[in-house]
Amino acid sequence: MLSTPALVLAIVLFGLGLIGLLSRRNILYMLLSLEIMLNAAALAFIAGGARWGQVDGEIMFLFILTLAAAEVSVALGIVLQLSHRFRTVDADALCELRG
Amino acid sequence: MEVLFYIAATVTVLATLRVITHVHPVHALLYLVVALIALALIFYLLGAQFAAALEIIIYGGAIMVLFIFVVMLLGPLAAEQERTWLTPGAWLGPSILALVLLGEVGYLIAVGDHTALTVSEPRQKGISIALYGPYIIAVELASMLLLPGLIGAYHLGRRMSKESRSC
Amino acid sequence: MLKLLWLIPVLPLTGFLVLALCGRRLSRHQIAWVGCGSVGAAAMTTAFVAADFLGVFPDRESYHQTLWNWIDTSGMTVGVSWYLDALSLLMVVVITGVGFLIHLYSTEYMAHDDGYARFFAYMNLFVAAMLTLVLADNLLLLYLGWEGVGLCSYLLIGFWYREPEYGTAAQKAFIVTRIGDTALAIGLFILFTQFTSLSIQQVQSLAVEAWPVGSNLAMIVAVLFLIGAVGKSAQLPLQVWLPDAMAGPTPVSALIHAATMVTAGVYLIARMHHLFALAPMVQEVIAVLGLVTLLLAATSALVQHDIKRVLAYSTMSQIGYMFLALGVGAWSAALFHFLTHSCFKALLFLAAGSVIHSLHHEQDIFKMGGLRRHLPWTFWTFLIGAAAMSGVPLITSGFYSKDWILWSVWSSPISHRWIWFGAVFGALLTGLYSFRLIFQVFFGEVRTQPTGEPGLAMRGPLVVLAFLALTVGFLEMPHTLGNVTVFSHYLSHALPTTELLPGMDESSEAREQLAVTVAALLGIGLAALLFLPGSRPASRLADQSTDRPSMTFLQGGWGFDRLYDRLFVRPWFSLTRNPSDMLDRGYEWLAVCAESCHGWMSHTQTGQVRWYAATVAVGTLVLLGLFAM
Repeated sequence: MLSTPALVLAIVLFGLGLIGLLSRRNILYMLLSLEIMLNAAALAFIAGGARWGQVDGEIMFLFILTLAAAEVSVALGIVLQLSHRFRTVDADALCELRG
Repeated sequence: MEVLFYIAATVTVLATLRVITHVHPVHALLYLVVALIALALIFYLLGAQFAAALEIIIYGGAIMVLFIFVVMLLGPLAAEQERTWLTPGAWLGPSILALVLLGEVGYLIAVGDHTALTVSEPRQKGISIALYGPYIIAVELASMLLLPGLIGAYHLGRRMSKESRSC
Repeated sequence: MLKLLWLIPVLPLTGFLVLALCGRRLSRHQIAWVGCGSVGAAAMTTAFVAADFLGVFPDRESYHQTLWNWIDTSGMTVGVSWYLDALSLLMVVVITGVGFLIHLYSTEYMAHDDGYARFFAYMNLFVAAMLTLVLADNLLLLYLGWEGVGLCSYLLIGFWYREPEYGTAAQKAFIVTRIGDTALAIGLFILFTQFTSLSIQQVQSLAVEAWPVGSNLAMIVAVLFLIGAVGKSAQLPLQVWLPDAMAGPTPVSALIHAATMVTAGVYLIARMHHLFALAPMVQEVIAVLGLVTLLLAATSALVQHDIKRVLAYSTMSQIGYMFLALGVGAWSAALFHFLTHSCFKALLFLAAGSVIHSLHHEQDIFKMGGLRRHLPWTFWTFLIGAAAMSGVPLITSGFYSKDWILWSVWSSPISHRWIWFGAVFGALLTGLYSFRLIFQVFFGEVRTQPTGEPGLAMRGPLVVLAFLALTVGFLEMPHTLGNVTVFSHYLSHALPTTELLPGMDESSEAREQLAVTVAALLGIGLAALLFLPGSRPASRLADQSTDRPSMTFLQGGWGFDRLYDRLFVRPWFSLTRNPSDMLDRGYEWLAVCAESCHGWMSHTQTGQVRWYAATVAVGTLVLLGLFAM
């Protein structure tokens, strides 16, 4: 079965997404990395569903899709706001909340 | 079948690597689309045809279009920059990866594993029944999540336009 | 018709809700209609219920109505249920009837006030709470009403809250009565732990069975209830709040601090009379407290300058008479004095309000004078009220009620002779201070020019109350004078009859009455001699400054405020201001600790999203590792 390599792939993708999230300073790239991580999670669910022959994996994928849609719409709105207000998309430059 | 999976997995990983290393947002987006399509193929190979279709339609289509819009809105759309963006090198990588994926799909059709290609009816029914059966509360929650997403996006977008007008 | 009982408290509550929720949107006219109408409708309902009650139950038992279960847990069931008997019906009639008249009066008195809707909302809430108090079937509901009237009293004393003084007076009233309320709550807890019931009737019948007369628990509970009653009714030693409570608008003083709320203590003791009968010592204490309070308040009323403070002290003094009657076991006499007192004291306050109204809120009686000509309606009604209060014989209600009390004190087996002498001296003082007020305010030369007689909405209640102040007394007349016993017969099933010493016949009653009459008339005569303008003592009194120590002592209500200040407030403040307080140290250390922890933790707050994402990832890894182990 393909479930085990699929899970390995999910781990690799998740790791890549995390690396992207932590290493890029551009907010847009961080969001892209987030999408990759979400997809990795979705792949893990699908692989699990395939392994057990259950529909639950696909249902969780549906929910992840919904979550991603809501998240992207709000996050992109925030990105637009930030770039208009601060003229930058550098996440490190936006640190007004430093304690 | 397993070979197809490994090829698709390689394509996904390569495309993802390019996403997180590329300096140009549009190129990165192109690679992300390729990665998503490859992932859809993997979903298909795992037997989740419905998920594969949704991955392409909603992720590769709708969500990526949103990203492209934002990228366009962020940067000034000078024709000069447009030209530098569309160098052959820019679309060469994604095209090669996409061609690999196309080959895989063609192989699948040629080999004629039709049971995998046809959408199995009981499975789709099972998803629908489960969604509106035991998962009904999750569906409600998802709708509750989408509504604030809608309102939030509307609100953020509107305030920006108002302020840019006042500036 | 008896089924309509539940409407009586609900109607004013509805009025309150309407005024509180949309009072701003209503016009003044509408507010007056809602505020007055709800209490008026309650009074009408009361009339129907009373007619039905007296008709359907000729033997005057009780009527019980349960609306719903309020609290229902294992071992404790408290219902929202009303209990109507002769005692509570009497209270309800007075509250809704006098309450309606006072509301009517307020429509004109408060006409130019900004907080018109607020005023009527509070007043309606007060009436609802007071009705809950007297109609409650169980002690918890009674306590709800008890606290409700306390709250409304606070809100209405501080009605003109922009004056800091008034706010302080409101707080004082609230805090002092709180002492009594706490004692009452503890008494309630004890009763519940003993009998696992809060129903007034049930608790008392169980108590009579379980506790012998004079047993310790009965004494403790009776004392706790007494403290509660004393706090609400402004008796010694919790009497200090009532004079200051006059900061509220005059109709408030008439309704809450004269006619109804301050008599809640009397009602409580009468309602729990089985319990108090189990503690004869406490009953003696009640009698003595009543006597001391009535003398204290009467002497203080003699030297006050503020017209409303005179009336406040007189209220205290008259409630002292009621407590005295309760103490000697003359339950019906106490309730009769409550009835007459609520009529003539409401009348006096409203008439005083009319005086104050026409003098542009002048309350100092030494700046008033000669108002007899200018305010004839007010003068005559005030005169009737004062006459009733001082007990002018035969024609006023105050005479009959006070005489009944004094006769009970004289003839009761529980009482002592010196108590009677004290009470008769109090009657003399009552005449003295009531007519001091009359002579000072309405006779002599005009010192402040009045604006003229108030309108119909204020005059109407005055006339009705004056009529009642004269005639209510005829419900009960002594053996020597017609022997009418309508009132005592009416209450005979709700309250036990008064015991008399053997050998008390009509001739001794007549002699006793003569003494009371002479005392009252002597007081009035003395007032005429001392305070009637033109008499030599009057001019001498007016010349005298009031900074003599005896005068200040009396003006401050025997210096109780200063005593409590020295005894409780100052030691407490010095305790809290102690710099080397160990407890404070502990709390300070806690604060320092929290602050340093905060400083240390806030270093992690870099404001960088990527840093946060990394910490989330590391945290997840650590958690996963922990799960894997």
